Amino acid sequence: MTEEILAVNNLHVSFKTQTGTVTAIRGVNFKLNKGETLAIVGESGSGKSVTAKTIMRLLPKHNTLISEGDITYEGRDLLNLSLSDMQKVRGSEIAMVFQDPMTSLNPTMRIGKQIMEGLLKHQHLSKKVAKQKALEMLELVGIPNAKERLEAYPHQFSGGMRQRVVIAMALACNPRILIADEPTTALDVTIQAQILQLMKDLQEKMDTAIILITHDLGVVANMADRVAVMYAGEIVEQGTLDEIFYQPQHPYTLGLLRSMPNLSASRSEPLIPIPGSPPDLATLGTGCPFAARCPYTMKVCHDFLPEHTHLNESHTVMCWLQDARTPLTHIPEEVGSAK
Amino acid sequence: MMKKNEDLLVVKDLKKHFKMGKTSTLKAIDGISFTIKKGETLGLVGESGCGKSTVGRTITQIYEPTSGEVIFDNEVLHTKQNKAVQQQKKRAMQMIFQDPYSSLNPRMTVMEIISEGLVIHSPELSRMEREEKVNELLELVGLSKKHSQRYPHEFSGGQRQRIGIARALAVEPQFIVADEPIAALDVSIQAQIVNLLKKLQEEKELTYLFIAHDLSMVKYISDRIAVMYLGKIVELTASDTLYEKPLHPYSRALLSAIPIPDPDMERSREQTILQGDVPSPIDIPSGCRFRTRCPNVMDVCSKIEPVYREAEPNHFVACHLYDETVMSREDAVALHDC
Amino acid sequence: MKTTSKEQHLDELKAAQTNNRDQITADLFVPAPLDTAGQEEISKPSVSFWQEAFHRLFKNKGSVIALFALVILIIVAIVGPSMNDHTYRSQNLAHSNMPPKVSGLEWLGFDGKNSKGMDVYEAQHVETNYWFGTDEFGRDLWTRVWKGTQISLFIALVAATLDLIIGVIYGGISSFYGGRIDTIMQRIIEVLIGIPNLIVIILFILILEPGIRSIILAMVITGWVGMARVVRGQILQLKGQEFVLASQTLGASNARLIWKHLMPNVMGPIIVTVMFTIPTAIFFEAFLSFIGLGLQAPLASLGVLIEDGYKSIRFFSYKLIFPALVISTIMICFNLLADGLRDALDPKMRK
Repeated sequence: MTEEILAVNNLHVSFKTQTGTVTAIRGVNFKLNKGETLAIVGESGSGKSVTAKTIMRLLPKHNTLISEGDITYEGRDLLNLSLSDMQKVRGSEIAMVFQDPMTSLNPTMRIGKQIMEGLLKHQHLSKKVAKQKALEMLELVGIPNAKERLEAYPHQFSGGMRQRVVIAMALACNPRILIADEPTTALDVTIQAQILQLMKDLQEKMDTAIILITHDLGVVANMADRVAVMYAGEIVEQGTLDEIFYQPQHPYTLGLLRSMPNLSASRSEPLIPIPGSPPDLATLGTGCPFAARCPYTMKVCHDFLPEHTHLNESHTVMCWLQDARTPLTHIPEEVGSAK
Repeated sequence: MMKKNEDLLVVKDLKKHFKMGKTSTLKAIDGISFTIKKGETLGLVGESGCGKSTVGRTITQIYEPTSGEVIFDNEVLHTKQNKAVQQQKKRAMQMIFQDPYSSLNPRMTVMEIISEGLVIHSPELSRMEREEKVNELLELVGLSKKHSQRYPHEFSGGQRQRIGIARALAVEPQFIVADEPIAALDVSIQAQIVNLLKKLQEEKELTYLFIAHDLSMVKYISDRIAVMYLGKIVELTASDTLYEKPLHPYSRALLSAIPIPDPDMERSREQTILQGDVPSPIDIPSGCRFRTRCPNVMDVCSKIEPVYREAEPNHFVACHLYDETVMSREDAVALHDC
Repeated sequence: MKTTSKEQHLDELKAAQTNNRDQITADLFVPAPLDTAGQEEISKPSVSFWQEAFHRLFKNKGSVIALFALVILIIVAIVGPSMNDHTYRSQNLAHSNMPPKVSGLEWLGFDGKNSKGMDVYEAQHVETNYWFGTDEFGRDLWTRVWKGTQISLFIALVAATLDLIIGVIYGGISSFYGGRIDTIMQRIIEVLIGIPNLIVIILFILILEPGIRSIILAMVITGWVGMARVVRGQILQLKGQEFVLASQTLGASNARLIWKHLMPNVMGPIIVTVMFTIPTAIFFEAFLSFIGLGLQAPLASLGVLIEDGYKSIRFFSYKLIFPALVISTIMICFNLLADGLRDALDPKMRK
């Protein structure tokens, strides 16, 4: 039933910087099934955007090093495709929506033209048909007066409307995968609600698989089927939406959930933050990257990287608490009860 | 000394208009009034462009108000006061900013940044005394004196924000305007900053105006919350009341728009999604300014601007739905139409 | 290099770790206290903006070479004229038009032979070697070239300094006070830019007597505009930054805002602009001299020498080659250095 369309295996990506090499992604594994939404959650610098850009091969060549791993899409390794083959994949089969709708549109080009561009290039439609299709797309994403708006320039749209246009552009060629990199972070809450609703509706209509990159667990709960939690370039926990929210196994996931504000809780209930700051990727040691901020640290965590433990078919976690040798008294209630 | 429960800040019909070219004016703040009691936190919530940051900046005298009054500590603030009084008021009111990256001067060390207020307001302190004070402040916000000779770019977002807080505290203010201090931070760090602000409030008896763009974090710090839309306050009430029983349709929509980090609740709840965008503050709709997006819009809304009034004890709202005189007339019209 | 070896070390460690998973013994599974102080620690050494900028500048090969070449050129320009007995104005008509000769460097073309291949020194029994040859009046070109370099550099530096002072003050006032002052000051700049600066300069020199002072004045009269615009743009951008607002809410005086907050942050672009102004000024001086509006004989600048050499390019090409080489080197070096500085000082490059 579930048909896998994208698999990322053991991906390692590093960047050359002025001060040395920084490894941004250290061994990321995940699969994406047809028509599902996979949310990648993490703080800034956790490598979630880098993962997305690596799939699209959008990282600058001169300072990026993909030292290991492969990205399989329909039996082909995207990392080995020639540039022209990759360009065929981009847009027509895998499309991307970026965070900032202001900068992802060309300010000197009419909206209609921008949507048509992909259609003309990938689907070899005639101009007339492409224009008709562009119009349909604008209507689909809920832009009023779509016909007149085709001739408008991006600055004539508000932020929310622009993000709708960007989504229309991304979905014009009916891609099988849509990568949305923080698509609503730059928008106001009421507009965010509109865009999320739109993405859900469109996914249902077009059966697109979505990789949703976000830092907001609320958005995740609203959109995702499965969730991957990233920390310091590694997926520390991965599972279905319910597993991640109701049976979190990694202390980081647990911490994230605890630090989220809860609308129904009374205001006297304190927030429980994760102490400290995210680690500096350039100076990571050999142990678990979360060890310095983890309330359940053990001696082993500082020196040895935990392995991925498969709890069941869908739920994977990377933490020493899963090891049989961990004393039961040390395991947090939430983790223990799920075991 | 002031007693508790006394108003520290009173804002009366404050307006701030910006001239945009020859003909149009941007009405960033269009007549708002509120008070903040000593030791209280007022949350000010609204979407981008509603004028909430302008409120903060007008109160702290960065902008000069177009009309209206800001009364702080029983004294009307305006720029034509004598220098000494102005300096003293400036000292008592500090600001914490949104962007932890642009709010610290990249060419100064943490020591220089935090001690700036001391240099300006307490020139009598010796260098040693200043440094001692800065180290104390660093510890207060959870950093250590080891950090004092470093430059801002070496810190993470949360740490920078704490440096910004230490800078504001250096001059021992009574009142702090926090202009979206957590909006640019990661979730796990947001909670750190909110907790720190609460702790400091208790220790130093601070009064806060806490500006935010959504309702999710604000309630953990605010005693009362004001919701702003296009330059006006549409609702103001105690924080718990606002979450339990929001009156204005905009407040309800804002609450409903927040995605809840709980899959079951997300699946089961009915979300009211507002249509359309916020109109431009240069061209404000007639009557009620929210009517273009309001799910409960009535005929009267385009004609008469609703009055900001106390609909329930300590619960202020500006909406025709809670105005008996208007509502009875509307009902009459509705009946007539039948 | 250091970092790569560190990386390797880490890799080895990791490899060792995976091989020695059995090293993980049960006794390691004990709660370790959370190091709360360590959480806030920053492992990187503390570096100020300027330290980092210099570090970056010196990593840039192009600008290091350019800097090195410039230092040498400037030293030679200072000591060069006194390295032999000739002065820049002493004429010796008997020794006119001597080709360059340096003993030991004959293989490089410094062999004292003219374009027909005849050794002029032997034919005219000249004992002293003229390293860069002589001009039609028998003046030593070596001395004249370096004297000319001195004068050209002096003109450029003075012009750039004046540009800097006027531009920073003008741009600073215009942007800091803003409003009507800014509008009026910007209109004045627009008028100045509207008139082609070459015309202004030429007219200026025609009114004044040609000479070092009038060349500098003519260049500065329009040259400061670029600097003023850079400073204005930067300050306008900085003024909206929150750290400036923060300082305002702390009650900082204008002087404090300008000297502590604005100026240190505009220094980078100012330095880069100055570095680009210098070669432009050198070029303008050469150009003015070339069209005959520059320095008057016997004073020499690189432009004057090039103009002289250009007249007799077919028979005495060395007269053109040396000053042209020097001026090209100076221009390239300043541009390379300015480029390197721009990269080193650009805050967008910082992470």
